Amino acid sequence: MRYLDEFRDHGLVRPLVEELHRTVDRPLRIMEVCGTHTMAIFRHGIRSLLPEEIELVSGPGCPVCVTPQGYIDTLLQLARQPDIIVATFGDMLRVPGSGGSLAGIRAEGGRVELVYSPLDALALAREEPEQQVVFVSVGFETTTPTIAATLLQAAGLGVDNFSILVGNKVMIPPLRALMNDPELHLDGLLCPGHVSVIIGADSYGFLAEEYGLACAVAGFEPTDILQGILELARQVREGKARVANCYGRAVRGSGNGRARQLVEELFMPADVAWRGLGTIPASGLELRPGFADFDALHRFGLSMARSPEPPGCRCGEVLRGICRPGDCPLFGSGCTPARPVGPCMVSSEGTCAAWFRYGDSR
Amino acid sequence: MQKKTITLDHGSGGVASQELITSLMLNHLPDPRLHRLEDAALLPAQNGRLAFSTDSYVVDPIFFPGGNIGELAVNGTINDLAMQGASPLCLSLGLILEEGLPLDDLETIMAAIGACCEAAGVPVVTGDTKVVPRGKGDRIFINTSGIGVVADGVHIGTDRIREGDAILVSGPVGDHGLTILAAREGIDLGRELQSDTCALHRLVQDLLAEIPAGLHGLRDPTRGGLATTLAEMARAAGLGFEIREEDIPLQGVTRAGCELLGLDPLYLANEGKCILIVEAAAAEAAVVRLRAHTQGRQAACIGRVGGSSPGRVILRTRAGGSRLLEPLFGDPLPRIC
Amino acid sequence: MCLAIPMRVVGLQGGRDDLLDPLVAVVEAEGMQRQVRLDLVDRMPRPGDYLIIHAGFAIHTLDSREAEANLRLMQEMADALGEDGEP
Repeated sequence: MRYLDEFRDHGLVRPLVEELHRTVDRPLRIMEVCGTHTMAIFRHGIRSLLPEEIELVSGPGCPVCVTPQGYIDTLLQLARQPDIIVATFGDMLRVPGSGGSLAGIRAEGGRVELVYSPLDALALAREEPEQQVVFVSVGFETTTPTIAATLLQAAGLGVDNFSILVGNKVMIPPLRALMNDPELHLDGLLCPGHVSVIIGADSYGFLAEEYGLACAVAGFEPTDILQGILELARQVREGKARVANCYGRAVRGSGNGRARQLVEELFMPADVAWRGLGTIPASGLELRPGFADFDALHRFGLSMARSPEPPGCRCGEVLRGICRPGDCPLFGSGCTPARPVGPCMVSSEGTCAAWFRYGDSR
Repeated sequence: MQKKTITLDHGSGGVASQELITSLMLNHLPDPRLHRLEDAALLPAQNGRLAFSTDSYVVDPIFFPGGNIGELAVNGTINDLAMQGASPLCLSLGLILEEGLPLDDLETIMAAIGACCEAAGVPVVTGDTKVVPRGKGDRIFINTSGIGVVADGVHIGTDRIREGDAILVSGPVGDHGLTILAAREGIDLGRELQSDTCALHRLVQDLLAEIPAGLHGLRDPTRGGLATTLAEMARAAGLGFEIREEDIPLQGVTRAGCELLGLDPLYLANEGKCILIVEAAAAEAAVVRLRAHTQGRQAACIGRVGGSSPGRVILRTRAGGSRLLEPLFGDPLPRIC
Repeated sequence: MCLAIPMRVVGLQGGRDDLLDPLVAVVEAEGMQRQVRLDLVDRMPRPGDYLIIHAGFAIHTLDSREAEANLRLMQEMADALGEDGEP
C-alpha cells in the first residue's frame, strides 16, 4: 500500500534506530497522547527497538478511556429503549457501564448497530424512519468534523429521527492541564498526527514556549514514530524545545481550516469531565442551540448521568502518565481485559489493555 | 406442496418431513446409504486408526461472499479430520431449522453442501433434520461429524514438534474472518474479498506422500486466527515460536480492509488454511509441494520453532521490532482509534 | 481516534447536490474500493492523488512532495549508514 509500506521499510527503520541510540545520552520521558499511537507502537514492536533510557508513557489520548462512566450509563439507558437504535464505532461496543455494555444489550436483542462512519448511522436513520437512531459521538478533533458534516447533511435533509449523544473532546486544554500537574515530569511530547491534520502543528507552540517541552508531530508508521522520537531526543540534547512537524505529508502548521470551520458551525466549547482527570474547562464540545434537536439529551429529555468511578482503580494516574499499569493493585488480578474495571483496560488501545496483551517486551 | 418456508410440520416426521427430505436433502446428497434412510449407516471395516470429529456451525450471516454455512459445515469437518492426517471417509449431517426459514435459502445451502461433498469426494451417509419454533434458532444450525482413516505410521501432534522445525502456512490469512465481519456489520469492502472456505484433505495427503515423517504439527487457524492457533500450539508443545511478519502471506484486499478498519489479520478466522510444522530439512520440499496444489499456491515458511520464550510466540515485525502474539480474547471489532 | 489510511483517488463522483448527491471520491487500495466524502478536505484532489481517509471522509489530500522528501531524507540516512559499515 503506497504511502504506508515505504514508511514501514525495515531498511529505513534501522538507521533511525541506530541514530536514536547514538543521540540519547540521558533518561528521557516521552508521552504520546493518541490511542492510535499507543496501538501502533505495540503493533510494530517499537518499544523493543528503543534505547533503555527512553521511557514511553501514554497520556489521555484514548477517547474511550477518558469517556466518563456517566456517559456510558446514559448511553445504555437509551439503548435499552425499544424504539431506539444506538449506532456506534466498534471502539465503544464493549465498554462496561455500571451494569452492562452495548455489546451486552445487543446480545439481549436490543438494537445496537456497529458503524464505520457517522454517515452509516445517518443512512440507517433514513432507512428506518419509524426508529430513532442515536449516534455515539465520541472522539477527538480528527473525528468531530466527520460528525459535524454528517449532522449538517441530516439538518439539510430534514431527517428528524437522528441524534447524537455528545462526548466529543479536544486535546489542547488537557495538554495544558497535564503540564500544570506538578506530579508529571516529561521531556517530550509525541503529538497526535491526525488530530494535528485538523488543528495544525502550530497549536502546540505554547508547550514549547511556556513549558519548554520538546514537541514532535508524528505519523503512525514505524518510521514516523521513530523520526518523532529521534526529533525529541535531539531537541532535549540541544536544550532547545520547539514544535517539529515530522508528518509533513499530512500536517500543516495551520491545519485544516475547512474542517475546523464546519465544527464551529455546529459545536461550541464546553467544560466536560474526563474520566480519571476531572472536569477540564473548554475541553469538550456541545451542540449550538440551533442544532439542539440533534442532541440526544435534549430530544429524549435526559440529563447526563453522573456515576462514581470504581474503587481502587488508578486509571486517572495512568492516564496522566504518573503511574504504570503494573503499579495499579488491580492490574492483572481484579482488572483484566476479559473483566475490566477501569477504562484503561476496557479499550483495546488503553494503556493497561495494551500492556496486558502485548506484554512489556523489554 | 409448494410452501415457501420451513414450518413446524416439516419437523414432525409426517408427510411434510418426508417431502422435505426427498425433495431438498436427497436431491443433493446422492450416497445410497443415505437414501436407504435407515437409523444408522454401515461402513466397511478400515485399515488403520479411525479419526472422528464433530463441529457445529452457527455462523451469522448464513450467506456471505465466497460461500455459505453449508460449505463451512462440510469443509470444516473435513479439515478437522485432515489435521490429524486422516483421509476423510464420510460425514453425518444434522440440521436444526428455524420455522420461517425460506425454502429457497435451504435449497441453496443444500446445493452447496452437495457440491462441496462431491468436490471433496466425501459423502454424507447419514443425517437428521429438526425444526424449532420461530425465535428458538437462528435460521439454521448445522452439525457435521466425520470419520476418517489415519494410515499406519502417520503421527501428527504437538508432541512431535521439535526445536528448529519450520513453521509454514498454506496461504494468505484473514480472508474469511474479514469477509464475515464485513458482511455482518454491513461494511462494503468490495467484490474481491471472499471467504477462503475449502477442503484441505488432499493437500495434506499430498504432503504426507512427499514427507511422510517430516510433518510434525498441523492445525487449521479458524476462530482466533493464525496468531491464536500458533499461541495454542506453542503452549501445547512447550516450545517457543518465532514468526516473521513480512513472510506471512496476505491478500492485498484483506490487508487494505484490515488497515482501514483497524483489524489485525493475524486474529481473523480462516476456513481453508492450515499451519504446518515440519522438520527443518523437509521445509523447502514441503513448500514446493504445497505450492503445486490449488489450495497451497501461496504457501510460505513464516518462522521457526525455537527462541528464548518457551511456550510463547514472538512476532518479528516488518519494522524489525518484536512483540508477543497472545491468544485472542473477544471477537475482533473495527475501530476508528 | 486517529485511525486513518492513505488511498488513491481513481475518480470523482456526484456533486450535483450538496445534500442528495454530495461530491465523493472513489478511492482504491490493493483492490479494495470505497467512496469517501470530500466535505472536509482542504485541497480538492485529482485522480491519482492520495487522500487520508478517516471514518468515511477524506481529511487531507496527501502532499506527495513532502512524502517523497521525507523518504529521501531517511534514505540518505540509510545510505550514510551503509557507508560506515555493513548493517
